[in-house]
Amino acid sequence: MSLYPFIVAAWLLFVGLYGIVTSRNLIHLIVCMQVVQASTYVLLLSIGYRHDAVAPVFAEVPVGTPAVDPVVQALALTDVVVGATVSALLFAMAVQVHKRSHTLDPARLVELRG
Amino acid sequence: MSARARLVMFLAAALSLGVLVLWAYGGLPDFGHYRGPYGDVLNAVSVPERNITDVVTAVNFDYRGFDTLGEEFILFAAVIGVAILLRAQRDEEQREASEFAFGRSAPRTSDAVRVVALSLAGPTVVTGLYIVAHGHLTPGGGFQGGVVLATALLLVYLAGEYSFLRRAAPLSLVEVCEAIGGGGFAVIGLAGLIAGAAYMENVLPLGQVGQLNSAGTVPLINLAVGLEVAAGFVLILVEFLEQTLMVRLKEPT
Repeated sequence: MSLYPFIVAAWLLFVGLYGIVTSRNLIHLIVCMQVVQASTYVLLLSIGYRHDAVAPVFAEVPVGTPAVDPVVQALALTDVVVGATVSALLFAMAVQVHKRSHTLDPARLVELRG
Repeated sequence: MSARARLVMFLAAALSLGVLVLWAYGGLPDFGHYRGPYGDVLNAVSVPERNITDVVTAVNFDYRGFDTLGEEFILFAAVIGVAILLRAQRDEEQREASEFAFGRSAPRTSDAVRVVALSLAGPTVVTGLYIVAHGHLTPGGGFQGGVVLATALLLVYLAGEYSFLRRAAPLSLVEVCEAIGGGGFAVIGLAGLIAGAAYMENVLPLGQVGQLNSAGTVPLINLAVGLEVAAGFVLILVEFLEQTLMVRLKEPT
């Protein structure tokens, strides 16, 4: 029972890596990379989780109430936004690759052209 | 390399990575039994030391502010990268849709979509500003609120045409906001140096716990980050729309 979140994180990591390795389309490849990234969120948040604890916000509960770890939440939160913009950068690259080579299949992008 | 050879190579690598992952999992605390200590220390000191009730924001913009500055610059660099990659290339030019499809116009947006999108745009701006401004009190902050604010301009696009979006958010204004947001965070950090403390140290008066104008520099940094994230996402949106709608290969002359 207590292992489920860690199994999910490992599953996302390996299924995403498998997708990246076998991908035949750059868009699919970028989405697979986001799946790998999602595994880090699951892992971080499950490390900081605590049973019967509140969110680390003390607006309505007194300081000292058992709360989950705020550090991993802070890491995951900035990473979600930064990850979205980095994906946009990769998608922009895919747009240009398609314009130059008329293909999105990495296996057919073997030649360097000036 | 053949697809088969690649798969065999991946399976070998994945197997060894899998062993390492399992080994690392052996050292983790059981799910639901967080061991600390940093999270517990921060949960205990954030309210008495900094008057910040949302500890996640306290970590991001105060205790770990310098790291967040670095992450914000990754965001900034990625947005600039998108803008550079999607500019019109040497053999391309930008034209209005009406110029290359003369006499044909895009189908009008349906009234239902326009009404829904326009009626949501205002509340979305208010929600975004609320989330940015209350980051130090309740869950939220510049990153989350900035994305919500950018959604408002996406709604403006959905409600009308691309030219509406360009009028609602002129590109030069968006770029200036992006720069002010990104630079603002770094400049607010300088306040610490001016006051004779460390860079990024929270030197402004901390106010009353639970008040909007409490927590020193944190709400200001949230505003700067909110501005940068909102402008960054709008810039990405505009660049991709422009690429789809306006950038075309030059016609041979």
